[in-house]
Amino acid sequence: MAKLPVQLRLNGADRATFVDPAEPLLTTLRRGLGDFAPKYGCGQGTCGVCTVLVDGEPQLACLTLAVACDGRHVETASGLADGPDMHPLQTAFMAHFAAQCGFCTPGMLTAARALLAHNPHPTREEVVEAISGNICRCTGYEPIILAILAAAAAPGARRA
Amino acid sequence: MARHEGRGMASVNYPIGMNLGGDPSQALIHSNPDGKFTVALSAIDLGQGMKQVSRQIAAETLGVPVEDVYVDTADSDTGPHDMGSFASRGTHRMGNAVIAAAREARGVLLEAAAEELEVNAADLVTDGRGNIHVRGAPTRSITVKATAQAAQFKQGRTIAGRGIFLLPLSAVDAETGEMNPNTAFAHACLVADVAVDDETGEVTVLRMTSAYELGRVINPRMVEQQLVGGAWMGMSHALYETPEPYYPDPAHGPRDFNEYLMPGPGDIAPYHVTVLERPAPDGPFGGKGPGEMCANPVLPAIANAVYNAVGVRVDELPITPEKILRGIKANGGVRPQPRRGGAVTWRPRDVAVPA
Amino acid sequence: MLELRKDLFADERDDTLNVVGKSVQRQDMPGHVTARTRFFDDHAFDGLLHLKVVRSPHPHARIRSIDVSAAARAPGVKRVLRAADVPVNKNTLLSLINFGKDDEPALAVDKVCYVGEPVVAVIAESEAAALAARNLVRIEYEPLTPVFDVEEALKPGAPVVNPTYPNNYFEYHERFDHQKLRFGDVEAAFARADIVIEHRYQMSPIEHAPTETNGSIAAPEHNDRYVVHTCAQGLFFSLGTTAKIVNLESNRLHFIGGTVGGGFGGKVDSLTEPLAVLGAMLTGRPVRFVLDREEEMLYGSPRGAERIYIKDGLMRDGRIVARYVRSYFDAGAYTRLSSYAAIKCTAHIPGPYWIPNVASDIHVAYTNRCPSTAMRGFGITAVDFALEVQMDRLAEAAGLDPMEFRILNAYRDGDVKPHRRVAKNTALIECVQVAAEKANWPLSDQARRQSSLVGGGTGARAEIPATVLDQRGQIGRPESRGAPATGTLPAGAMRIPLTKEPVMEGTRDGRAAPVQVPRYAPAPAPGPAGPPPAAAASRPAAPPASSAPPFYPPAPSPAPVAPPPVAPPAAPPTQHGAMRFSSVFGTRRR
Repeated sequence: MAKLPVQLRLNGADRATFVDPAEPLLTTLRRGLGDFAPKYGCGQGTCGVCTVLVDGEPQLACLTLAVACDGRHVETASGLADGPDMHPLQTAFMAHFAAQCGFCTPGMLTAARALLAHNPHPTREEVVEAISGNICRCTGYEPIILAILAAAAAPGARRA
Repeated sequence: MARHEGRGMASVNYPIGMNLGGDPSQALIHSNPDGKFTVALSAIDLGQGMKQVSRQIAAETLGVPVEDVYVDTADSDTGPHDMGSFASRGTHRMGNAVIAAAREARGVLLEAAAEELEVNAADLVTDGRGNIHVRGAPTRSITVKATAQAAQFKQGRTIAGRGIFLLPLSAVDAETGEMNPNTAFAHACLVADVAVDDETGEVTVLRMTSAYELGRVINPRMVEQQLVGGAWMGMSHALYETPEPYYPDPAHGPRDFNEYLMPGPGDIAPYHVTVLERPAPDGPFGGKGPGEMCANPVLPAIANAVYNAVGVRVDELPITPEKILRGIKANGGVRPQPRRGGAVTWRPRDVAVPA
Repeated sequence: MLELRKDLFADERDDTLNVVGKSVQRQDMPGHVTARTRFFDDHAFDGLLHLKVVRSPHPHARIRSIDVSAAARAPGVKRVLRAADVPVNKNTLLSLINFGKDDEPALAVDKVCYVGEPVVAVIAESEAAALAARNLVRIEYEPLTPVFDVEEALKPGAPVVNPTYPNNYFEYHERFDHQKLRFGDVEAAFARADIVIEHRYQMSPIEHAPTETNGSIAAPEHNDRYVVHTCAQGLFFSLGTTAKIVNLESNRLHFIGGTVGGGFGGKVDSLTEPLAVLGAMLTGRPVRFVLDREEEMLYGSPRGAERIYIKDGLMRDGRIVARYVRSYFDAGAYTRLSSYAAIKCTAHIPGPYWIPNVASDIHVAYTNRCPSTAMRGFGITAVDFALEVQMDRLAEAAGLDPMEFRILNAYRDGDVKPHRRVAKNTALIECVQVAAEKANWPLSDQARRQSSLVGGGTGARAEIPATVLDQRGQIGRPESRGAPATGTLPAGAMRIPLTKEPVMEGTRDGRAAPVQVPRYAPAPAPGPAGPPPAAAASRPAAPPASSAPPFYPPAPSPAPVAPPPVAPPAAPPTQHGAMRFSSVFGTRRR
């Protein structure tokens, strides 16, 4: 099967690779470009652990074709911190002990990041809605909800 | 066409570790030349916090700051044998092995410090902040860092320790079931408040209130993680989850998260936990282990609350709307049971949400 | 959400610790929130191959023929594995501790016993190529009658699920089709009870559903070894299982893991490691075997269903005088860990209560469904559901508040439990009192005054009663299930020595130790009525004669070996090494 070239910006850096026409973005990120932040959880768009931003919008990388991201900006949880400085969501997740096994955390952070970008001061219900496509089997969700609300309330929070 | 509230409770205990013993754990600890310690285990951290629990236990036993200890659980080439992370055995079994290893390493550390200070090692104490000094004479001191450097480069000592913990395997009598099972048991009691819709059969968990006795709490926030996440799982087991909805008929097996139901972030209930600490005589600093038991009381408490609300006993899990509606029909209507107690004495944690 | 009650049991604790008891940040949290935490699948390999298995579509069928020729020729396919390629194609997980017979193949041989049982494995250059080739494997089946109900499976003439256990139950002590618990005389107590209540409970199977599915990557390493990145919950458990199945020495396997995306018990079974390593051995390339979500849901072993019958004798004043529990673990087609759960369940009966007459019969039954395995609360969760719903019914029948009823019947320090050991370190009453207070559930003054420290271990509560014995449920003799009692074990009789001396080695400096190794009372003389206990002390010794040695060598020496010199000189004799589980349960590996 002939491979197709794809050029995209990944967390601000220009990257290029060759992909199969039917290859999901998740495979390209993990196996092609070596960004292991998005995880494989179901391959069916039902668990949210592969959530990434494509041009700022949350997308499920397992259901997104890599070729469809040609020329677009893909952001993963790997790019959430600004160098050594953590994003307010990251510090809030830490403060609220909002991760146990950590497998859903990159997708959860990315979903929350998209929420705060659009809605800097969400209500609890809006937070619940924003992460309702992200499954966590460990925490019971409450610490995650509290962490996102706390990040939104943090003074001088960087929103992007 | 009405919503009926009900309240139920359950109380349980739980054995810590493989029930019959026979499940060893081993740990190795060594120091860098500057007195920073690595704990090598083959135990598994699957979210329960094995690394951090081991780290705090090692730091406490060594008498050094927690930042001076890192735990590696990754590798069969470096971590000695351990049975594994299951049966709520991690904190108890591995915690004790880590204590054993840390005590040995501490012994060498104090011997090396004694040689530098020209005192008897038995007279030395640690301050938990990186210093070793003579008991009652804080000025006669040496840092852990200087001690480690002297031990390695001057005295030729290895500051290291090895530890194993094993509860020997118990036999079981065929005719009476006599055995020596676990020595450490944790305890819990949980109250569930539910609302049952008599038209749809849907159950909403309104709140849960519990008390857990877990021996020594090694890290309160991590205990909270286990108990809150475990209560969610208990609620999920009670009301939602099954791969075989008409068991033992194997049909209708769910294949994905669209078909296998679990409560989402919008379905969770406010939950208050009180933790009691009655130290286990053989636990690490008296610790037991909260991980496995924390779903258990939720299932019967919810079942009992549903009965209290509408008078239907559902004895087959999960408690689906179908089973509740069939029960109400068989009873000729809802039969609410006597109310129990009043409003809870706690409030959901206030969350600062900007207007 | 979490509140610590430091006032309770304060005199049993020294709250002067430096870092234990503090909410220090988790060591792994920075890795989790920066997505730098590496799970097993987060490792890149050049030339990575992908393994997919062909699974049985039938719950029970004989395999007539297997044709892999088209699949082997398919594009990208590097190797097709069949049962004959697996060096040791029969295993049981607990063979590592010598418990139970090998009963499960890695790839099915003559028949399949559940929907989803692996039959053939395909290894290809890409997942897509492996999936495409999987469809080209031709397997002819002759369907057999399946059995799905645990009690149906135990009836004479039921289809044989697992040929290793042809009566469809796990065999305990080479004598019985179940594990017994006998304490006092339940039948006599039922006869004099004011109220007898009996109910049936059914625990659903449950899927572990970790967000990370089961999987592993195996790759040839330098020095003729294989590195395995794995999600195993027991690193050496999985290493030992793999070493046995692929017939390699343990030191030729290098397992890396320790960081797992949720397990809950579903990652104990080594579902992928043996075939991944075998694939790496036979192709010389890295092989990745990861379950997709549908496989994880349908064929990743679940928490097994349990059917539980409870019969209780109750007095009008609320005292429970007898409890009999009969339950059935649904093991699915193979044993995995169910045999162990039944023992754990037996020790748990009758729950955290003191009851003077208790008996239970815990069965492990084989059915034609995916083998079940451990899950959070293994052996306990289901029976706790049944016991606590039953307790609610009993409280109602006695006209008592459920909280008061729990406190009335709660076990306390010093009470003898039905497995004939004294309860210590109990705290059920305090948990009930505190939960009631926080929930604003009023208790009587009398209930509020009760304590786990007081009132236990007095009179009958401190005694092992005369106990009625029976020989019901003998292996291969279903007619013996209804047999009458055969005799009475005298009061106070004990057969198993109290040798629970924990071994804690490596503590050469005891001086500054913040905790002491606990010491238990020395074992008393064995009871008058029992056979001599199993060999008390043995050490792992010579390798067994088998061509595929288990990772933990069994201890073949029948004679007790002297305690090793490293034992603390002042301590009473201790047991070192793995005692044979076969001497515990009387079931030999074959």
